[in-house]
Amino acid sequence: MERNLVQIALFAALIVVLGLLPKFNLVSGVPITAQSLGVMLAGAVLGARRGALAVLLFLALVAIGLPFLAGGRGGLGVFAGPSVGFLIGWPIAAFVTGWLMEQGRPAAVFWRALIASILGGIVVMYAFGIPGMAVVLDKDLLTATGFAAPFVPGDLVKAVVAGVTVEALHRLRPGLVAARD
Amino acid sequence: MLSLAVPGRSWAHRLPAGVKLIGLAVASTALFPVGDLRILAVSLVVALALTASLGPAVLKQTFRLIRPLWFMVGLLIAFHVIFGQVAEGVATALRLVTLVLLANVVTMTTPLKVMMGLVSRLLTPLRPLGVNPRAVSVAMGMVIRFTPVLLERAELVRESWRARSIRPGRWRLVAPIGAAVLDDADRVADALRARGGVAAVH
Repeated sequence: MERNLVQIALFAALIVVLGLLPKFNLVSGVPITAQSLGVMLAGAVLGARRGALAVLLFLALVAIGLPFLAGGRGGLGVFAGPSVGFLIGWPIAAFVTGWLMEQGRPAAVFWRALIASILGGIVVMYAFGIPGMAVVLDKDLLTATGFAAPFVPGDLVKAVVAGVTVEALHRLRPGLVAARD
Repeated sequence: MLSLAVPGRSWAHRLPAGVKLIGLAVASTALFPVGDLRILAVSLVVALALTASLGPAVLKQTFRLIRPLWFMVGLLIAFHVIFGQVAEGVATALRLVTLVLLANVVTMTTPLKVMMGLVSRLLTPLRPLGVNPRAVSVAMGMVIRFTPVLLERAELVRESWRARSIRPGRWRLVAPIGAAVLDDADRVADALRARGGVAAVH
C-alpha cells in the first residue's frame, strides 16, 4: 500500500517536473512541452490503475490552484479553457497506455511502450481533446481537429522518447516497469 | 509560495470555498447556452469588476494566468472573420474569457489548505468505493514536497551528463531521472512503513 501510494505521488511529481523543462520548438515552429510525456510514462511504467491515479492526483493539485501545468498554469481556470478535453483525457490516456503495456509477454519493451504510448497517449488523448476544443470554442469536430493537428508530430516524438525511456528503465530496474503487485 | 492563491482579506477571501465553487458551477451552467452578445458582454464586465474589486495583486495574477488564452482567442476570432460569422466568434470568445476569469477568482481567493480540506470532505462519501481521503491528502502533500527534490535530482543528472558529453542530454536524461524517482519511491515507502504507515502520518 505505502509503496503504491508513494510511486503514484512521485510520478505525479515527475509530471510536474517534466512540465518545467524548457519547451523546444519543432521544425514547424510548434512548441512542445514534455508534460504529456509524463502521462505516457506514468501509464507505461506504473500500469493502468496506478498510472491513471498518478495523473488524477496531478490534475487534482492543478485544480486546487498549484501552477503545475507547463508554463506555470493552474487553477480552476484551465478547466474552463480550450484544453479541458485534453486534461480530462489524460488519466484515461495513462490508463489505456498502462493497460496495453500489461498485455502479453514482457518482451520487446521498446515496441510495446511505443505502441501503447501512441494508442493511449495520442489516439485516446486526442479523442477527448478534440471534442473538448470543439465544445469550448463552439466549432465542429473537423475544425477543432485542424486546431489540434499541429501538435501531433510533437506527440509522436514524445511517444518514441517514452518507448526509449521505458526500455532503458526496464534495463536499469528490471521488474519495475508495469509490474503488477 | 507555490500556490496560485493570492493572500488577502477581500470579500471573496472571506466567502466559504464551497459557496464559491457552487457559484462558479451555477455561472458556468447558466452562461453556456447564452448566445446573446449583450448578455455576454455584461457578464464579462461583471467578471472583470469582480476581479478588480479584489485588489491589484489579484489583478496582476489574473493577467498572468490568462495570458495563454489570448492566442486561442485571436485564433478563434480570426477564424470567424474569415468565415464571416464575426458575432458568433465574439460570443464564444466572451464566454470563454468570462468563465476563465470567474474560475480564477475562486482559485486566487482560496488558500491551498482550505482547498485541500475541501477535497478531503468531497472524497469522504466515496469511502465505500475504496477511496481513502487520508491517503489522498498524504499523497497531495507528498507531491508538493517532492517536486523541488525531483527538480534537484534532474539538475544533478543533467550536470553529470554535461561532465561527460559535449552534446546536450535532452530526452536521454528522462530515463535516469525516472530511475531515480523509482528508487526514491522505494526509500520513502520504507520510511513511511517504519513510521506506522499512511494512517499514522500527520
